[in-house]
Amino acid sequence: MQIDDMENAGTPQPLITARAAGLIACPNCGRVHRAPAPDICARCGLALDTGPDKSLQHVWAWLIAGLVVYIPANIYPMLITNTFGRSSESTIIEGVVELLQHGSYGVALIVFVASIVIPVVKFIAIAYLALSVRRRAMLTAPARHRLYEVVEFIGRWSMIDVFVVAILAALVQLDFAATVNPGIAAISFALSVAFTMLSAQSFDPKAIWADRDAAAP
Amino acid sequence: MTDISPASLHADASDRNTADVALQDMVACPTCDALYRLPQVPTGSRALCQRCHTVLTAPREGAMTRIVMLAGTSAILMIAAVFFPFLEITAAGMTQRSSVLDVILVFANGPFVGLAIAVAALIVVLPLIRFLSLIYVLAPMGFGWRPAPHAIAVFRLAERIRPWSMAEIFIVGVAVALIKVAGLASLSLGPAFWAFVALVLITAVKDNFMCRLTIWKTLEHRSR
Repeated sequence: MQIDDMENAGTPQPLITARAAGLIACPNCGRVHRAPAPDICARCGLALDTGPDKSLQHVWAWLIAGLVVYIPANIYPMLITNTFGRSSESTIIEGVVELLQHGSYGVALIVFVASIVIPVVKFIAIAYLALSVRRRAMLTAPARHRLYEVVEFIGRWSMIDVFVVAILAALVQLDFAATVNPGIAAISFALSVAFTMLSAQSFDPKAIWADRDAAAP
Repeated sequence: MTDISPASLHADASDRNTADVALQDMVACPTCDALYRLPQVPTGSRALCQRCHTVLTAPREGAMTRIVMLAGTSAILMIAAVFFPFLEITAAGMTQRSSVLDVILVFANGPFVGLAIAVAALIVVLPLIRFLSLIYVLAPMGFGWRPAPHAIAVFRLAERIRPWSMAEIFIVGVAVALIKVAGLASLSLGPAFWAFVALVLITAVKDNFMCRLTIWKTLEHRSR
């Protein structure tokens, strides 16, 4: 057997999806099944029955949960520092400002991007992707697919601040001189990151291409 | 590395094609459902989905054995990283050493137990489970044996855990923490930190060798 190289590159070949060919594909391992499909994939054992509608409900549920816990994450203190008897609390944004005042601009930028920019962009991006399944989208399917990949990739990096708090709290326990303790925001922020990760994972990227597949003859 | 365009099944000839081509030789892109005929891809080449550019398959020479070895190395490094001192802090004449275990145990009492469990899971437990399950699944494959019992379920677990093992993010967290404390106290890095860095790099190399489609196909083939 040989691989057919597409010599006539430049004009994209018309593609057919497994669904359009009347086959059921496993979203995990790519195994193709003839209809009626078995309950679980013949190769990897994944349950095959999740339709796009159900997955969208999961996306919204996790996204809203993530949004709800993101609010206390920004209001309540992330870090409680005691130095020589004086106690100070700092929220996520105050932590960034402190870093700026110390002159650590690079690190301030990392924390700002990981804790504020990425979560906010992620909320908007997931909501946009989920909405554009049902309506006409401004972005093309390849662009939305790129957006989905970016969201999947960067989501985990928001955890940086939670780890920073954990490390500082473990490390800085020097009795009177300095102690650091985690604030309640550390928990709600960690939950927010986890919920939005689950939201992005619930999104079925096939839905991005589905309207285009339907339009094709 | 050469990229290979997998042969798409054309819409106009779909009925004929799907009838001709055995289901085993077809693969649907896991992300966008595009259907391809993909019988054998030579080792060292990759096949990409033509519209969403997901890597469909990228078999490498001796990949299974290498992944097992790298996963074994990572598991050993993880044990070192957990127990050896990670950071050392000196302030006002007092010195304190912390290992990753201390980072986890400091929350073990009080309202932050959940956070402790989460941190432990993300940086130690889940990566370790992933390394061990890859060894369990791929070691028999590397030797050409039959798959171990429940190998399919274990490999599915390893793939599910993947986005949740955050050792590399922890490293960046350490760097940020170092700079945050710099004004407060003087810090130095312990051996466990470097073990962790090595572990992250090895994990990246290991994941680069991993071709999921090849592993799934081999598992399916040998299970019979």
